[in-house]
Amino acid sequence: MAQVDYAELKKGGFMRQVQAGHFSLRLRIVGGQIKAEQLRTVNEIAEKYGRGYIHMTSRQGIEIPFIKLEDIDTVKQELAKTGLQPGACGPRVRTVTACQGNGVCPSGLIDTTSLAAELDEKYYARDLPHKFKLGITGCRNNCLKAEENDLGIKGGMLTEWIEDQCNYCGLCEAVCSAGIIKVDQDRETLTFDKSGCNYCGRCVKSCPTEAWEGKSGFIVYFGGLFGNRIAVGRQLLPIIFSTEELHQVIEATLAFFDKHGRASERFGTLLDRAGWDLLEKELQEVFS
Amino acid sequence: MSAEKARAFVDISDVVCPVTFVKVKVALEELEDGQVIEVLINEGEPIQNVPRSLKDEGHKVLKIKNNQDGTYTMLVEKGGLL
Repeated sequence: MAQVDYAELKKGGFMRQVQAGHFSLRLRIVGGQIKAEQLRTVNEIAEKYGRGYIHMTSRQGIEIPFIKLEDIDTVKQELAKTGLQPGACGPRVRTVTACQGNGVCPSGLIDTTSLAAELDEKYYARDLPHKFKLGITGCRNNCLKAEENDLGIKGGMLTEWIEDQCNYCGLCEAVCSAGIIKVDQDRETLTFDKSGCNYCGRCVKSCPTEAWEGKSGFIVYFGGLFGNRIAVGRQLLPIIFSTEELHQVIEATLAFFDKHGRASERFGTLLDRAGWDLLEKELQEVFS
Repeated sequence: MSAEKARAFVDISDVVCPVTFVKVKVALEELEDGQVIEVLINEGEPIQNVPRSLKDEGHKVLKIKNNQDGTYTMLVEKGGLL
């Protein structure tokens, strides 16, 4: 039998199994979505070349276990016919995760689905010192756990009160997650401590009279880990409003990791070693 | 609690999502557009989601009172946003 380059195979999403000659095939999934027609192909491959089941990964991925070494090329071809590819493993950018976002979810503040597709196209499988996880969540409810990613993005909303429109019903005070809105119904006054706003956007979402206006943006978290080490990603920048700026931040972050990171050192661990201020400084240069 | 006269009352403080909104919807069915219902609703998830759903369906929240016991009393005008 020919020599098998496992590192090369793993790069292409074939994870070596305990059982000799068998691989668990990881698929390239973007933002947790797969077309029904593609799912049919996955079903066929699992039945024909696997053991009739799939495994759902912790980060919205799909793996088809028990693919035999000799079937790998055929399986790749069958996947390609329906626009599917093996996923990335090893030291590179991994699956971009996302919730359904404002296209589907009433709580969503940003279009996570198209942002995930954009991030996947630009960054997926880019080689780095270690694995690097990008995740997007549409709002503060955080269904997709932004802070556990190496770089996580959370939808936020900068809001503005429009006095003329207000009926002082008090709903925004009731839903405000930061507790910074105070409505005096009798005197018909409202105070809003903008400096304490966490951009949850609930005032805008619930206001019955359009007295709150909002501008959607991205809150970015750096250095999160949820593996051997657990660490909560930190917000180092103010909310970002343009996708261009968001991409500049991501590019600068990946360049930083590439430049300073050591092999097998996760991004958050690098930041602890080299200093978070070093990244902050480089990020600030992006905006200067 | 206010000048608006409520024609009906529904207590959704004893149910959880999605029954909360369903119960309000069922109660609203009995009213004409422009009539007002009083809703007793829990803080937390219900107060975040139910008023937003009401807005999406064209009903207008007129007033909210915090009862200081984990509940709010909310006045809603049927079809007030249509």
